Amino acid sequence: MSEAPVAPPSVSADPAAADGIGLLVRPPRPRAGWRLLPARVGAMCVVELQKLRHDRTELYTRAVQPALWLLIFGQTFTRIRAIPTGGTPYIDFMAPGIIAQSAMFIAIFYGIQIIWERDAGVLNKLLVTPTPRSALVTGKAFAAGVKSLIQAVVVVVIAALLGVALTWNPLRLLGVAAAVILGSAFFSCLSMTIAGIVLSRDRLMGIGQAITMPLFFGSNALYPVAVMPGWLQAVSKANPLSYQVDALRGLLLGTPAHLGADFAVLVLAAAAGITAASALLGRLAR
Amino acid sequence: MTGDPADTTTATEAAHDSTGPTAARDGSAAQPGGPDAVACAGLVYAFGGTNAVDGLDLTVRPGEVFGLLGPNGAGKTTAIRCVTTLLPVPAGMVRVFGRDPADDRMAVRRLLGYVPQQLSADAALTGRENVTLFARVFDVPRRERAARVAQALAAVDLTEAADRLAKTYSGGMVRRLELAQALVSAPRLLILDEPTIGLDPIARTGVWEHINAVRTATGMTVLVTTHYMDEADQYCDRVGLMHRGRVRALGTPAELRHGLGERRRAEGGPADGAPPTLEDVFRDVAGSGLDDSSGDFRDVRSTRRTAQRVG
Repeated sequence: MSEAPVAPPSVSADPAAADGIGLLVRPPRPRAGWRLLPARVGAMCVVELQKLRHDRTELYTRAVQPALWLLIFGQTFTRIRAIPTGGTPYIDFMAPGIIAQSAMFIAIFYGIQIIWERDAGVLNKLLVTPTPRSALVTGKAFAAGVKSLIQAVVVVVIAALLGVALTWNPLRLLGVAAAVILGSAFFSCLSMTIAGIVLSRDRLMGIGQAITMPLFFGSNALYPVAVMPGWLQAVSKANPLSYQVDALRGLLLGTPAHLGADFAVLVLAAAAGITAASALLGRLAR
Repeated sequence: MTGDPADTTTATEAAHDSTGPTAARDGSAAQPGGPDAVACAGLVYAFGGTNAVDGLDLTVRPGEVFGLLGPNGAGKTTAIRCVTTLLPVPAGMVRVFGRDPADDRMAVRRLLGYVPQQLSADAALTGRENVTLFARVFDVPRRERAARVAQALAAVDLTEAADRLAKTYSGGMVRRLELAQALVSAPRLLILDEPTIGLDPIARTGVWEHINAVRTATGMTVLVTTHYMDEADQYCDRVGLMHRGRVRALGTPAELRHGLGERRRAEGGPADGAPPTLEDVFRDVAGSGLDDSSGDFRDVRSTRRTAQRVG
């Protein structure tokens, strides 16, 4: 348990306001329709950041795996030169794949949090606020994106320390952030959709374990699409992770990429995920 | 406006006619001030083959503390979930201050403060962060957010503990924190599902004192479910005894107790016996068979879990 009596400086309101309950008899004015969604997304992201600030353990433990991938797998295969990467050192080639993988691992278990929130009554309470289900799911999806983004920053730093030649162009890094957030939004919605179907933490855990590795190996994260057998190329083409990796590789390393198509697929996948998860959220509320 | 699948509920139209004469039974003579805080008529909700709520008629008047009583599995929580828009209303009528939760769910939610049975504060956030989240999702503007959150925390005596993580709170403190979360949006109807379950007697009194103080100060309506008859007797203006999905007796606690006492005397019962308690009224209403119908495995498990977490 982290001891965190960190007083947020912004909210230590003037003491006079704490006297009386004058404000508590006046209902707040509803926000106009189009401003509702960004406000809810903001609220969910703030909660995620506050939780990370109180307890950073997960950030550190989750950095171990990508570090090992880069350090052991990456360094070894760089020497073997078994995988044709078109002139890029192998560790550089795989670094964007590992960033995408570590972001996906966080997002794909996000549904477990939804089931936990269901069991704890948190979800029911949020569903009784003026928050449409689609806004709640979008908020959760972007909150997972923010969490993944912070993880991605850790992996980028590890990669840079291992000598991967990454770009530091701020515009390209902004694109990287967008790709990480969109990909995580999709995978967290996939997870929330499965949560809405199986309704139990144990089953979701099992399914999550069962699909993460196929998604990872069925993508271009570790090897170029060209060396895959035909059937795996088809899998990779249908796998949003491949488009995310392609975008990250193009932006971070400057290798040829199809950025337009990549972002189009990621946006569509995220939108489809949000729609599916919103439709099934009601099952969790029963 | 939303993607909610439940928005497509169509059964409510037809159900308006099935209101029946019983709806006005308990005097839905609304106060001149406006419509009833809650009005249900002929509400039915089935899980699988069993009707958890089976023709519920209920009226909660503006400004009162109304206790919905009954054993586990009586249908209290299901009824509450229909009122709070969490469940669709398949048959029957539900109104919250005259609005239909099926067509106007966002408007209904803005009138409600809801504290579910489970301990629903987020243990990984501080008390202040927990309340601020609800200020945000109820669209409290940024300039008054901090002050409003501070007032809500002060109203439940959590100012000192506000910046500690909620996982360090005692059960009674978590309940008070949840009360603050519900109060920050200035609801007109506060709905509390088993607010004192699993708490020790001192914490129970504390929670009720805060509910009462806030009610007095704001004039909000309170709908509370409990299976502690003593609490209902002490703190509720009116109670409805619910059994097998329906309200079986309704009135002020004193009316119900006296009613049973009178009847026992008329039937020639022991004149020197102790005056009946609300629990006696309940046994009288529910009759036999109370034990084997009180809650299925899942109900009892979730109740126990809550009690355990309150510790």
